[in-house]
Amino acid sequence: MDETISIVLFSGTDDKLQAASVLVGGAAALGKPVRILLQYWALEAFRADRIKADHGLVPEAGEAGRAAIESAAKAGGSHWSDTLRMSKELGEVDIQACSLSMDVLKLKPSDLDSLVDGVEGVAAFYINAGEGQILFI
Amino acid sequence: MANLDIKLKVDASGLSCPLPILKATQGIKTVESGQLIEVLATDPGSVKDFDAWSKATGNAMVEQDAADGKFRFVLRRK
Repeated sequence: MDETISIVLFSGTDDKLQAASVLVGGAAALGKPVRILLQYWALEAFRADRIKADHGLVPEAGEAGRAAIESAAKAGGSHWSDTLRMSKELGEVDIQACSLSMDVLKLKPSDLDSLVDGVEGVAAFYINAGEGQILFI
Repeated sequence: MANLDIKLKVDASGLSCPLPILKATQGIKTVESGQLIEVLATDPGSVKDFDAWSKATGNAMVEQDAADGKFRFVLRRK
């Protein structure tokens, strides 16, 4: 069975990116290769100049949800970008920007954080995913 | 309980998932095959996580205990 886990990150809110970073970190610790394709608002969140900015939460979080997430972050969580950085250092994690989303958002590779390894299209993403699972977040 | 020759202690207390297993992954790379590391964690998910991590990576669980919400794992590098 193909061990590679491929994740399409579409959503750019901090809660979804946080949840995704936990999945990536777990896979990296277990030695499973991870490939990530960044689309739309997730790609926007990886801009070098605002990766640690407040990217908001999904609407259903509400006020109570925001308070819970803020207190969990203070209690020992790390920012999703730091979890991804650590995962890349320890495991095999490849992060690609979707070329269409780059065009739509008028981004250049130099606009993106160094976590992003390159730009690719959907065909390359599917080929590299092989027979492994694909998650969409 | 025999005295264990722990080469590295990793304190992941207060850290939430997946940081304890990431810190363990980071730590175990710094010791040699056959040597032991000790990890402390308070994340309640860490018991099942370290069991899975040990099985998946082949780094054997040598000792494991829990007291007052603190978990301790001793692992031998594969």
